[in-house]
Amino acid sequence: MTLTLDAPRIVETRPLLEVHGVSKAYGPVQAVRNVSAHAYPGEVLGIVGESGSGKSTLLRMMNLEEIPEDGSYTLDLPDVSGNLFELDRFARRMLCATKIGIVYQNPHLGLLMKHSSSGNVAERLLVAGERSFATLRAAATEALDASEFPLDRLDAPPIELSGGMQQRVQLAKAIALEPALLLLDEPTTGLDVSVQALVLDTLKRLQQDRHITMVIVSHDLGVIRTLADRVMVMRRGEVVETGLADQIFQDPQHPYTQQLVHAKL
Amino acid sequence: MSLSTLTKPWEAMSYGFLDGSAKRELRRKMLKSVAVPGCQMPYASREVPMARGWGTGGLQVSLTLVNPQTRVKVIDQGADDSVNAASIRRFIARVAGTPTTMDTLDADLIQSRHRIPEEILREDQVLVLQVPNPEPLRPVQPNTSIARQMHADADYGRMWLQLYEQIVRSGRVMQGASYPSLVHGRHVMTPSPIPRWDVPKLHMAKHLTILSAGREKRIFAVPPYTRVEPLVFSDVPYKVEEHGALTCTRSGTTGFFMNEIPQDDGSSAFEVSDSEWGVKTIRARDGEGESRGETWYKDGEMPQ
Amino acid sequence: MTVLDIQGLTKGFSLHHLAKDIPAFEDISFRVAAGEFVLLKGANGAGKSTLLRTLYRSYLPLSGEIRFHSSHGLIDLARAADVDVAHLRRTEIGFVTQFLTARPRVSAEAIVAEPLRLAGWEPEAALDAARKALATFGVKPDLWAAYPTTFSGGEQQKVNLARALILPQKLLMLDEPTASLDANARAALVARLQELKDQGTAMIGVFHHPDDVMHLIDRVVDLTPDAAPQEERDDVAL
Repeated sequence: MTLTLDAPRIVETRPLLEVHGVSKAYGPVQAVRNVSAHAYPGEVLGIVGESGSGKSTLLRMMNLEEIPEDGSYTLDLPDVSGNLFELDRFARRMLCATKIGIVYQNPHLGLLMKHSSSGNVAERLLVAGERSFATLRAAATEALDASEFPLDRLDAPPIELSGGMQQRVQLAKAIALEPALLLLDEPTTGLDVSVQALVLDTLKRLQQDRHITMVIVSHDLGVIRTLADRVMVMRRGEVVETGLADQIFQDPQHPYTQQLVHAKL
Repeated sequence: MSLSTLTKPWEAMSYGFLDGSAKRELRRKMLKSVAVPGCQMPYASREVPMARGWGTGGLQVSLTLVNPQTRVKVIDQGADDSVNAASIRRFIARVAGTPTTMDTLDADLIQSRHRIPEEILREDQVLVLQVPNPEPLRPVQPNTSIARQMHADADYGRMWLQLYEQIVRSGRVMQGASYPSLVHGRHVMTPSPIPRWDVPKLHMAKHLTILSAGREKRIFAVPPYTRVEPLVFSDVPYKVEEHGALTCTRSGTTGFFMNEIPQDDGSSAFEVSDSEWGVKTIRARDGEGESRGETWYKDGEMPQ
Repeated sequence: MTVLDIQGLTKGFSLHHLAKDIPAFEDISFRVAAGEFVLLKGANGAGKSTLLRTLYRSYLPLSGEIRFHSSHGLIDLARAADVDVAHLRRTEIGFVTQFLTARPRVSAEAIVAEPLRLAGWEPEAALDAARKALATFGVKPDLWAAYPTTFSGGEQQKVNLARALILPQKLLMLDEPTASLDANARAALVARLQELKDQGTAMIGVFHHPDDVMHLIDRVVDLTPDAAPQEERDDVAL
């Protein structure tokens, strides 16, 4: 067996995100069982696992869309304290709007398909209380530009856009308020390979320029390998292994991880 | 004590058509809606001898508020003499024995569809507005349960998003009637389909306004001296219809909300929408005496 | 001054689907001092690259200690928390591979500047340093802003070296960096390594043709089982 790792000694900052001992069942199905996770400021945490492994449920918990039966969730940010699962609906909405951005696999979940793309981004600022049209317009344009969205299509509704463009609108919306945490749920699944590469590249760029802490969920190991600093492997609602991304891919320890890594073409 | 001393003699109909319990419920809901300005209160909405959607909400409020001394005025799109207004006025007078009037200044209670009279209402007057769709969030949130949560959270970002979309697509805010407005800095309401021209009249008005939707079974109110602010961007000012410079072809009055009358040659003629204001203007012109009161708009402008 | 003190390090792989344990190396111990260059020697499969990757923590050791004298004090890399290892990789421990992991739509100069950016350099200063490094390794200026995904193997390797060696590290692992390099680039590499060595960087390298770096080598560690664990440089039979 390998060695047990020590607690951090050099890095003294606290993790930005800490989820501790969360469990959630849907009827007889235990979607997530006693899972803990953390991400340090500026770190990209990848969560891999097959469908039904509980990874998306965990991500939805981090976006406070799903409240587990047990466990706690903290974000180490100014004006944010306590177990976030205990926040009321109002506080939860404000926190999600201002501190957390999310990109869903299905753009329909994250976007108003018939509103303009810029309007979709502006909505985030409206929720946070911005009431100047010029400011909204400028902020939406800037966020879309940072997501490498073609600005001549600023006001096109997402329903008229390609899948890759829709993901860019979601991304722009997610980063418009400069969130401390960016959650990505299979952000490139279902896109053409070439479009996938472009979206990944945009994410990588954002991560480097803005140092946003990210949690990315995917069953696509290539996506995780490209983006993640650290990887958590989930199976049947439990974490089977965590480690540095290169270690998980080059020296997987758990039989399931080995199977997963070796199955990759 | 006998049964006959405890009960009232049989009558063919209760005073004011509605039975006592219906009126009691309406009074309670009106008090609640006055207590929480702009917040929609559900009520039972009884049957009245009129089809839903023809002013049954307003009628129930009027029937509850009147007593035999209440002078009632009913207008439909500004006019006292349209069939709908005349029928409702006659019905109230018949079931409640109230005197009626067309003069805004004489009225104690004004039931209106889609307009607020041009003359300033006083503290002792009540305006009852008929409302077809009481939920301002419906265009952005069709699910009523979620919409109620949004009201509870004052989560109105989507309303501004609607305005944003209109500006982006058309270069200006396209919302005409039912312009969503924030009441007392807390609840967004739809002021019923009154034109944009009329919304500023509600702001810090001396009179009580009760808005009632019979089909949708919702009642809400703007109490006297309450802030009513149309939703706007801080850098895109609220604009009323450009009627300030129009002149009524029949009465010659200028600076009020007009009805557009298309002409055979393709041009438009205008008639003042508040018909009683037109009548008063004509009377004054023909030397029958001045009966016009003070108006909200002066020279076609709403003083700040 | 010791930078790295390796004690009884053992690595093997458990392949669960084959129900098989594959040993890589066993009970390795040696030290590396600041400014020292250690060459790893051994037959193919003796575990030279595996050892480098274990020291870098791409592989998890089975037992033993990797005592690294970091600027934050002594830390055992075999047991250090992932986040500490990640931090040290950004600031004190470098790894030079044979291949560049190029990403689409990232220019050569941006790739080279990346370690400096991660270490907190300003974008412009980082780009300036990156261009100088590219010039040192003989990458032509008109390629600096181009995407290395389209470069030849040799040019890619130059970019890779410029990137890996741009930030002076305390400890540097070299995994056959001279493969597919032309003579000029090789000379530039050796010069840069000499420079880093003089600045006190401890280096552990695996070279197919150690002749290139002959004069840098202070010591040779032979991973062939049963070989003497440490040999002096003069004893190397080449």
